[in-house]
Amino acid sequence: MISEKVEERARVGREKENGQTGQVPAKRTESSRAVNEKAAGLSAERIAYLEGLVRQARTAAAVFTQYTQEDVDRIVKAMVLAGLANAEHLARLAIEETKIGVLEDKVIKNMVATEFVYNYVKDKRTVGTIHEYPERGIIEVAAPIGVIFSLTPITNPTSTVLFKCIMAIKTRNAVIFSPHPSAWRCCWEAVKIMAETAVKHGAPEGVFTCLESHTLEDNAYVMRHKDVGLIDATGGPGAVKAAYSSGKPALGVGAGNTPVYLEKTADLDMAVVDIIVSKTFDNGTICASEQTVVIDDEIYDLVLEKFAGLGAHICSPKETELLGRTVIDPKTGSMSPMAVGQKATDIARMVGISVKPKTKLLVAPIEGVGREYPLSVEKLFPVLGVYRARSVAEALKVCIDVNHLGGLGHTAVIFSRNDEVIQKFGEAMNAGRIIVNSPGSIGALGGVYNDMVPTFSFGCGTGGGNSTMDNVNIYHYLNIKRMARRTPPQMWFRVPNQIYFNRNAVENIRQFPSRCTVIVTNPSMEQFGHVDIVRRYLPVGTQVHVEVIPDAEPEAKVVMQGVETLNSYKADQIIALGGGSVIDAAKVMRLMYESPSADLEELAAPFLDLRKRVIQFPTVKADRPRLIAIATTSGTGSEVTPFAVLFDKEHGRKVTLADYSLSPDVAIVDPQFVMSMPKGLTADTGIDALTHALEAAVSVFASPYTDANALQAIPLIFKYLPIAYEHPRDEEARTTMHNASCLAAMAFSNAAVGVNHALAHSFGARFHVAHGRANALMLPHVIRYNASVPTKFMPSPNQVAYVADKKYAAMADGMGLGGKTTEEKVNHLVEAIEQLLDRLAVPRSIAELGITKEEFERAMPDLVKLAFEDPSWRSNPRMPLISELVELFWKAYEGRGVVSAAGVEPQLTA
Amino acid sequence: MATSTGWQKTDVEGGIPAWQAAREKVERAEGEVVVDCSSLRRINPKTLRGLEDLADVADIKGVKVALRGVSIEMYKVLKLVKLGSRFSFLP
Repeated sequence: MISEKVEERARVGREKENGQTGQVPAKRTESSRAVNEKAAGLSAERIAYLEGLVRQARTAAAVFTQYTQEDVDRIVKAMVLAGLANAEHLARLAIEETKIGVLEDKVIKNMVATEFVYNYVKDKRTVGTIHEYPERGIIEVAAPIGVIFSLTPITNPTSTVLFKCIMAIKTRNAVIFSPHPSAWRCCWEAVKIMAETAVKHGAPEGVFTCLESHTLEDNAYVMRHKDVGLIDATGGPGAVKAAYSSGKPALGVGAGNTPVYLEKTADLDMAVVDIIVSKTFDNGTICASEQTVVIDDEIYDLVLEKFAGLGAHICSPKETELLGRTVIDPKTGSMSPMAVGQKATDIARMVGISVKPKTKLLVAPIEGVGREYPLSVEKLFPVLGVYRARSVAEALKVCIDVNHLGGLGHTAVIFSRNDEVIQKFGEAMNAGRIIVNSPGSIGALGGVYNDMVPTFSFGCGTGGGNSTMDNVNIYHYLNIKRMARRTPPQMWFRVPNQIYFNRNAVENIRQFPSRCTVIVTNPSMEQFGHVDIVRRYLPVGTQVHVEVIPDAEPEAKVVMQGVETLNSYKADQIIALGGGSVIDAAKVMRLMYESPSADLEELAAPFLDLRKRVIQFPTVKADRPRLIAIATTSGTGSEVTPFAVLFDKEHGRKVTLADYSLSPDVAIVDPQFVMSMPKGLTADTGIDALTHALEAAVSVFASPYTDANALQAIPLIFKYLPIAYEHPRDEEARTTMHNASCLAAMAFSNAAVGVNHALAHSFGARFHVAHGRANALMLPHVIRYNASVPTKFMPSPNQVAYVADKKYAAMADGMGLGGKTTEEKVNHLVEAIEQLLDRLAVPRSIAELGITKEEFERAMPDLVKLAFEDPSWRSNPRMPLISELVELFWKAYEGRGVVSAAGVEPQLTA
Repeated sequence: MATSTGWQKTDVEGGIPAWQAAREKVERAEGEVVVDCSSLRRINPKTLRGLEDLADVADIKGVKVALRGVSIEMYKVLKLVKLGSRFSFLP
């Protein structure tokens, strides 16, 4: 990177050539406002000229959009060959004009800018589809930027032009070049060669143009032109700053000050040669070249000896001081423009140091980094600072200091065989290019010593005030569009892999060997003799302990007591015998028994998608205790679900845990355990099962797998729930209801539930109403709500259309409820539900529960808050607004309507 | 009364003589001139300049110019150089 002062000197020279003497040269770092004002002062003729250039480029860029990949590849190849053929010619022009650098090296640079860049770009797609990711459904489509305004530097003038021309054609862009004033002629020639070759091979006329005899005002005008899409500023900090100040998207690249750590394990012969190669390449004009080498104490003297042996002059302290005063401007602390790109011998002569005639490099030992050590700054000439470090820590510190002294984001180099030190160095340096065991300048260019992208523009990231830290390449000259196809979400259907059902299914537990089994149950199960039945079928020799928990939704303390029991008996099997509360408690007991450090509060954290949740449940162990769930109610389906609900007494709320690791391993759906269910419990749990099926069927996660279960369960419940309620000993009804409950649970285990459950959880917890009954009070209103056009649709990739109403209608059809339109069918479904609820003696309204309107109104803020926080509604087909939750609560309060005289009886279809 | 003209060749450079014919028709015509572009494979800078000139002449003469058979690629070029609004387009 050329310094601002170098640019200044060169620009004044160019302006003199153009007869612009007498003007006070504008500093390139002046404010954008000042530049704007100057641009505004351009003559009408000048503006017409600049407008013409932009117009020409815009036309070329527009025409270029029609070209194919084959077109541009053909043109690029021809340009590369032309560049190679003219590499020496252009290098010679550059040397003659700029008086900077080494002819042979400039030839190499021109060849790298063509051949190496071609090697990188030749097989890359830059037109139309450039990348496809079929597994992600994503296609990247390249679009050109249009007109690029490109500033090129004095240090690498023709190579940068060649590089940018190749990138532009490969990406179908037009470029207006603004070369550094002191490198204008050689750049003009390079642009001309590239433009003529490109047009000859089919590129649109005007694809490359070059500003003639430009000023900063011209640059400012073009930079702000509405038809210029991107500014690519490779040059001094002033040019880069102007580009970024223009308000246009800009690729500006920053200055460097490359630290090198030469660590004691390095291959010293290789390191010394590499550093000399790099630092003397084109007389050190590449901004990535080595500036200060920090050398471990143990090898310091040897390294200097090797430098001297290979043609470097090791400066004495007095020579170093003299050099620092001469080649670094004491006022600005920056390098002197006179030294940039000059030979070591010329610099020595300039300073007054006596060196051998073929001296390649001046090596100056320095004691520190900063303004008081002038040679610690960037030096784009063959003068190298060296520092003796007493430890790795000191070496890294000094490298950081150099990095921060004007080189942030640019390049850093390390020579070492110690991977740990290399890693530390990489982490410590703020550099886009961290070059390991190779020359900094040529290494950073990419493609020669490593596999980095070949470039002549080094992005320095935000540290260098740049928009990119990359080696600028073709992808920075493209707008890359991403076509993202709708991807069907990966779905699942997970249930316990063993489900035993129908009468005496419990006998199957005899096949599960266990050393010690803890039966978790509640008092009534003991009273009914159910525990004894289970004991009977356990394999002989199984040690059994019964953990009786209260007949209520489990609290954390109940769970933790159970965990103590499991620990004390070192249980290898848990049998949950009971309704949802017991089975849920057992699920959490196993979790805490297996993972004592699990935090229930944390595990209950809200989530939107089970697969993307922040809090993960503990990993399941291979030898985890087996959990067998024996359901004694026909409703919750907890025997197959991955959910567990705990009651948080302190906050008066239910806490839902959800994870497939909670699912029991074995489910027993044996009707003998439900024959004695009381009528009220039969009704409440039965309605809970119906709600599960109805909500799973219209859930945004519904799938053919869950539908198969849900849609099977619904008519069974409609038919058999009233029979089980009215004739509790009817075994067929009990058996079918027990199976239907399990089917519904398998559906909602995988499709989840909906807003009905969110309302019921909130209401039930607040007013201590049984879960099934709370569901029943909401159900007719929720179905009508879901069947109407949503105020807000629930975003879900699994839904291809809003189908809730049609699914309800299909359910009505399945039960032969009649109706012609979807609306009629939904109405009949709701009426059938209302009829069922009446038959089950479910209160028609919340008011009927004895809750006063005032009491309900007072509770409303809490009810709505809890309902909205409940994760259940996130799978609802309709996204509930808070106001809609309030409305639904009030509808439930006021109650369901009287079933019409034309009420329909559901029919169970085959 | 609309009159029609069109490019005779599909070659890019071949567009120029056809454009001259179109221009003559615009100069003589009243109302609307339809220019058939369906055989035009690709627009080049010269063709663009021709179309711009055609639009200028049409503005002066008060004649509407409709381009027929313009491909999406060509339509995009016309939009990019801000010529799209100066013509109407026919399928």
